[in-house]
This record gives sequence, structure tokens and C-alpha cells, in this order.
Amino acid sequence: MRKCEVRNMTKAKRKRLIYNLVTFGLVIVAFIILENMISAKAISRSLKGQLVPICAWIIMAVSLNLVIGFSGELSLGHAGFMSIGAYTGAVVSGWLLSAFDMQDPLLRLVLAILAGGILAGIFGVLIGIPVLRLRGDYLAIVTLAFGEIIRNLVNVLYIGTADGKLHFAFLNKEKLPAGVTMLVDGAKGAVKIKPISTFEVGFVLILITLIVVLNLVNSRAGRAIQATRDNRIAAESMGVSVTKYKMMAFVTAAVLAGMAGALYGLNSSTVVPTQFTFNQSINVLVFVVLGGLGNVLGSIISATFLTILPEVLREFADYRMLVYAVVLILVMIFTNNPTTRAFVNRLASPAKKLVRKNRGETAGGGDVK
Amino acid sequence: MVPVPSHSIIPERDVDEIPVMETRHLGIEFGGLKAVDDFNLTIGKTEIAGLIGPNGAGKTTVFNLLTKVYEPTTGAVLINGQDLHGMSIVQASRLGIARTFQNIRLFDKMTVEENVRIGLHNQIRYDMFTGILRLPRYWKQEKRQHERAMELLDIFGMQDLADETAGSLPYGAQRRLEIVRALATDPKLLLLDEPAAGMNPHETEELMENIAKIRDQFQIAILLIEHDMSLVMGVCEGICVLNFGKVIAKGTADEIQANPAVIEAYLGKKKEG
Repeated sequence: MRKCEVRNMTKAKRKRLIYNLVTFGLVIVAFIILENMISAKAISRSLKGQLVPICAWIIMAVSLNLVIGFSGELSLGHAGFMSIGAYTGAVVSGWLLSAFDMQDPLLRLVLAILAGGILAGIFGVLIGIPVLRLRGDYLAIVTLAFGEIIRNLVNVLYIGTADGKLHFAFLNKEKLPAGVTMLVDGAKGAVKIKPISTFEVGFVLILITLIVVLNLVNSRAGRAIQATRDNRIAAESMGVSVTKYKMMAFVTAAVLAGMAGALYGLNSSTVVPTQFTFNQSINVLVFVVLGGLGNVLGSIISATFLTILPEVLREFADYRMLVYAVVLILVMIFTNNPTTRAFVNRLASPAKKLVRKNRGETAGGGDVK
Repeated sequence: MVPVPSHSIIPERDVDEIPVMETRHLGIEFGGLKAVDDFNLTIGKTEIAGLIGPNGAGKTTVFNLLTKVYEPTTGAVLINGQDLHGMSIVQASRLGIARTFQNIRLFDKMTVEENVRIGLHNQIRYDMFTGILRLPRYWKQEKRQHERAMELLDIFGMQDLADETAGSLPYGAQRRLEIVRALATDPKLLLLDEPAAGMNPHETEELMENIAKIRDQFQIAILLIEHDMSLVMGVCEGICVLNFGKVIAKGTADEIQANPAVIEAYLGKKKEG
């Protein structure tokens, strides 16, 4: 029955199904292998410490791909949403522990992640409402500023907890009542976090992200999002409200980034504002561009490798940004320049022919075109 | 300005119905240049009308005014008696105006079927969360969208192309796909901007038959801009001629062909003496 359905599917649908299955399959297989390696203690300490950040960066890359690859808007402040999520997560987790004595780390983590996602989403709406009505690259400019503004704001933000209440202060730490336990301490960042993030939760969060993004893309709303990217006037003429669907993509991405931020923030004992600079936003952009615009699987792979790579090449870490710039330029040349693309195709064509020939022979020469 | 009673050329079967479109003193200026001036046209409920004129006469500008891409500086557009004043492109589309574009504007990276499904966006709906959570309504509505898209593609016999990327289609097929996509929005008035451009005579003839077929099948009005006179004269019941943003003639094909002002606009003035 199921097999019949697959056979009856149109070519495009089958291709999409295979793509989605490969994406989910790869993530699940990688998870199982890593879990086994962890239980067999066959994993290096540094890689083990990288697992949760890798999960967070994958979610960041996939969610940014929704904005850049599918809705065609450039967002340069994705780390800003991550930072909102990280701080919210740290505060919520610390507050739940002190005010309600909630000892269950998993429940605290889940609530912190939800709170991080919601707050980042609210900021996404606030930015999106004015900016996404405009045509042109305004989103890039505003999100760039947003990332910097958030970083500077949390730099002077003081949050403490006492007697189950949260106390906020700006600029002046003395305004907090005496005897509070500090949760966020200005430039020192979010302090004394109990690291509660786990690889398993990170994995589940990746799955949720994939379900949200892939299902959204292959639905009525997702098609509308892609239509606004391909041709704004035509989409509007078909009755598709451009602002609404650009907003939908942008806010969904912000929520996912906030969740990734909470996961990332609760992985270590401190979160400092300088972790979420413009460079981090560009880093995520590099993941997306390297993986391919609109290519979710590509985002996952490039986010994973580019997060591990600097750790492996620790002694060359100074040159990382230099290498990134060069790689970005090369990718742009190879994917966008017709001359180089034709050249690459020509190089690749004998190999392709060979593959086709071999396949043709094994299949009895039936489907050689 | 008082609304003029239009010197309309509505076919007799439509005279008792509310006209699908009526423009009153419609005009737009671009920095002092009157691109369209005092444009009055009424189109009957099931009329096929033509809008012709030399290059730069303002024909596409009229389309952009009707679909709210531009806001007119003067005058009004009524669709089924409803004023379009202050509406957005999306709102105009929901009132029942659909169009194709002179320079094709398909969603190039999407498949043919997906292009038609965008046309069905407001016809067969479900919300974002239904889509993400794949609720039963998602499967039901997706199936309805697919079936309807195939039905519409069948008008031009394009079902086999459903899975092709829209940008990879040959030129003529892209033009036909634009018409299908516009029809998917369930319009009352279909605006075709040079539908036969780039088509060979055989394809043009086929298109002519299809335009008449679409009108009969969907019972809608069609207004088309076209330079191919055989198509315009063959299929349009009423023709409006535009030159330098002004209407210089209105009438049936025969009347237009005999009109000295039209001949002058196209061929120039006969030298005196």
C-alpha cells in the first residue's frame, strides 16, 4: 500500500520526499552513533563539549536559511535573537530554581527554551512590523543595528532575584535591592548558570526545527513565502500578502534562534555579551551560504563542520575569519558566475558520463538518454 | 468632475448586468507627464475587450492602474460597482482582478504546479499551523489544490509539465502558464498583457480559440493588450485605442479599422498636397 503510494507520486514529490528522508535520516543516524560513542566513552573530551553548541548552531543555520533562502530577505542580526534566548534562558532557569525550588533540570531546560523562543519571537515581531513593509534591503540594515543594540543593552542590564521575585535594573547596579542573587551582571554577563543543556534535548530541538521548517516550506504558507521571494509583484497580484508571509518566515526563524540561544546559554556557566557579536551573525550567514540557499541539509552539514573545524585547527584559529572570507568569495564565484560554472560543468561532464554509462550497463542499457 | 455616461460598447447580453469594470476619468501623472489621461472604459460581465495602441501609448500603465500597482492621480476604477480607491494590490486581487505580465513574471524556481497553487492561495486555504503539524485538513486541502491545479492546467493541455521548473519552460508555455495561474485566482476580470508576444502564428491561433473558450467556460470578462492585430480583431468584441495616454477611438473591430484617427496613430498623417 505504502509502496504503491510512493510509486504513484509525481517526480517532484518523490524527490522532495527523498530529500526530507535523507535530512532526517542523517540527523537521526548521527545522533545514534554519537550516543553509542558517548556510552562507550569513545569520544574525545573536546568533541563531547562541542555537541550542544553544534546542535545550537545547526538550529541557527536552518532557521536563518528560512529567512534568507526561502523568503529572500537578508538578516544580519540572527545572533541578536540567539543572545535574547541565551539570556532569557539563563534568567528563567535561575529564577525557577531559586523561586520555586524546581530541581528537575529537564523541566527547567524545557521551560527556559520555551521562554527564550517566545521572547525572541516578540522581538522578531517588533522588528518585522515596520521593516517588512518596506521594499529593498532595509531588513539587513535594521537587523544589523538590532544585533548591536541588543549586545549593548545587555551590557548594562542587571537582573537579580530575591524572595522569588525578579529585580531589573539598567545602567546602575545599585538600584537593585540589597541581598539579591545576581542572575545577569552587566558586562560580566549571565553568571552562575547551572549548565543543564543536554545533547539529547539539543537533538530533539533539531528535529523540531526540521519539522517546522521543512513542513512549513512544503505547505500553502511556505509556497507563498517562496513566491514573495521569486517575484513580489506577481505574488501580490495573485492575492498573496507579502508582508504577512515575510513576517511569518522572519518570526519563525527568530523563535527558533531564541530556542537555540537558550540551549546554548544553558550549556556553560556564564554567558557574556561579547559572545553574540556581529561576527557571530556573519558566521551563521556563512553556514547558510556555504550549505546553499534554500538547502536545509546543506545548512546542517556546513554548520557542523565549520563548528568543529576551528576546534580541530585550534592553532590556526587566528586565520579562521580570513579563510571564511576566501571560502565565501570562492563559493559565490563557483555558484553564481556563469563562466566558472560552465567550466566546472565541463570538468564534471566526463565523470557524469562515466557514471551514467556504468549505471546504464548494470540496468541493461535501458535508461541511457 | 461629473462621471460621464460611458460611450460603452458592451455586448447586448451583458447590458442588464453590472459591468465588471468601469473607469471614470482615470489618469496618472509621472512628474508632470500625463501617462494616462481621462481614461473611460466600461467592460461587460462576459465581454472580451481589447486595448491597443502604438508603443508607449500607456496600455500597460492602464493595467497597472487597474491592479493597483499604481495609485491613480485622478479618477476612479470600479470593479463590480466597488471603488478600488485606497486598496492594495492584494485587495484588488481579492475583488476579482487577475493579470498576466508583459515581461513574464513566473515564480521561476518553483514547479509549474506550485505556480498554479499560488494562484489558488486564497481559494483553497489552510493556516500555517495546520501545515506545520500536518493535520487532516492539510492533506484534504492539499489534495483539493492538486486536483484543481491539474484541472486548470488541462485547459492548455499542460498537465504533463506539472513537475517541470517554471523557469525552464519554453517561452510560449510560460505565457500559457501565466494565464492558468491568473485563472486559478477565480477572477471576474482577466487582464492579459500581450499574451501572444513571442508566439508563432499557429500558437497565436490556438491562443485565440483558448481565450474564447476560457470566457465561455468561466463566464468572465477579459481585457487584453495585444499587438497582433489578427488576434485582436478576431477575438475582441470591443476595442479601445490608446495614443499618448488618451483614448482616441472605441468600437467594434470593423469600426476601429475604418477610423481615420486610428490609422493616423499607427501610420502617421498623410502629407498634405
